[in-house]
Amino acid sequence: MQRRLITLWRIIHTGIINFMRNITLAVAAMAVMVVTLTIVLFSLITNATFENTIQQITNKISVSAYLLDSTSDAQAKQLVKQLERQPSVNRVVYLTKDQALQAYALQNKDNQSLVTAAAAVGNPIPATIQVYPHDLNQVQNIKEFLTKPANQKLQTPESPSYKSDRKQAIDSITHATNVLRKIGVVTVIVFAIICALIIFNTIQMAIFNRRSEITIMRLLGASTSYIRGPFVVESAIYGLLSAVFSVLIVNSAFLASSNALQASSLGLLDINYANQFFDAHFWQLLTFQIAIGIIIGTVSSVIATRRYLKFKTK
Amino acid sequence: MILLDRVTKTYNRDLGSALDRVTLHVEPKEFVIVIGQSGAGKTTLLRLLTREERPTSGKIIVGGIDYDKLKDKDIPMLRRKIGVVFQDFKLLPNKTVFENVAFALEIVGVSNREIKHTVPKVLSIVNLKGKEDRMPRQLSGGERQRVAIARAIVRQPRILIADEPTGNLDPKHAWDVIKVLEKINRYGTTVLLTTHNQDIVNKLKRRVVTIQDGKVTSDRANAGYNKA
Repeated sequence: MQRRLITLWRIIHTGIINFMRNITLAVAAMAVMVVTLTIVLFSLITNATFENTIQQITNKISVSAYLLDSTSDAQAKQLVKQLERQPSVNRVVYLTKDQALQAYALQNKDNQSLVTAAAAVGNPIPATIQVYPHDLNQVQNIKEFLTKPANQKLQTPESPSYKSDRKQAIDSITHATNVLRKIGVVTVIVFAIICALIIFNTIQMAIFNRRSEITIMRLLGASTSYIRGPFVVESAIYGLLSAVFSVLIVNSAFLASSNALQASSLGLLDINYANQFFDAHFWQLLTFQIAIGIIIGTVSSVIATRRYLKFKTK
Repeated sequence: MILLDRVTKTYNRDLGSALDRVTLHVEPKEFVIVIGQSGAGKTTLLRLLTREERPTSGKIIVGGIDYDKLKDKDIPMLRRKIGVVFQDFKLLPNKTVFENVAFALEIVGVSNREIKHTVPKVLSIVNLKGKEDRMPRQLSGGERQRVAIARAIVRQPRILIADEPTGNLDPKHAWDVIKVLEKINRYGTTVLLTTHNQDIVNKLKRRVVTIQDGKVTSDRANAGYNKA
């Protein structure tokens, strides 16, 4: 046990010493890793920001059920309860006739004649149930629930409001957000794969430069783990430092020029939210970047050293 | 201690065998010099003994280990039992003189305290005291070779293989290296030395094995280069 601990300590110590003695090679390898990890981090933040924009759109879309004046308050509340139990429903807002009129007045505050006319005829605005879905794809489920005969008979003939033009608009938005989500996920995956390949090649080249050391250690009788260990430690240090640098670069970019970023994103990206997301998830993102950096670094070095550790079999 | 029985090594059939049915028996504590021209097969012979190469046919037994039965995972254990000095030194470029010698002990799990005690002693045997913290690039050819010898002997191996250890050295440094090898042999280590330095062979008066075109053409005790 003690011997194993000594060996483990020697592997870590040698890895750190090698890192410092090969600092030029280390800086070159880390420069590439910092760039690629920064791209991955940016793609993650961009994806989260797009996701937030999509969510904001989703939150604004609801299906409205207009209730007949003959529908009692108890029936309305019963329907609200049933709706809240639906898995596709995020939240339900119930507006009584008076509240619906107030909302109408607020909506048309610039057109007082409409508001006055509505009040004059004794509030023609029906009590309304606004149903917000979890996901735009679930609008159809809500519509189907509301058009069940038992529920439909509580509503006006125009209800629910998921029809014709509105339906087309919601369907178009749903389609667009679905495509955007897929593009976001694919972009992050593609960048992560490219990043992994670049880092792998960089570490492979760094180890290629030092392949003679591996051969010498092999000839002296060093075990595979004793030879490979310091290279793995060294690559893990590359990954760790590169990840920290990549997070610092993004942090500096937000600190230094949030406005410039907003301008350069042509309004496509909500930089304020991106900044908020980065601040709120700083430690998670840092941990994720470090994990990615260390995992790719160590796996690459294990694979890269393998070819120089093989014994001749013929 | 070392037994080769009809060992043949063929790299390329069109070019013939690098070693052709070589049989050699070296007793414990012997000092054997293998001579031959460049390309005769001396280095191939040593590469077979360190299991850098596998023979095409024949049997090799070193220190009781039958190479036919040796698995890949046991090769490091075999190499730890043999000290090897290479013509091109093969020092680890990113390690100091001390660390290069200590490496041979570290891989077998020797404690730091013992390393600190043993390495300076061995470095003083090869006259490198005071140069512990130098990097290999800061040393002369002779000094590098002595570091390689210190590394090979620090584990006190029962067998020491030296492949043209004086090949890159001037006569003075060459003799320094040979004196160290003789000293180690006196302590009981079997030494197998390859060289084409006539002067060294003639003065040492040891058993001389001559290899020509991959075959052992003579094997004489207390011989010189001229008699081969």
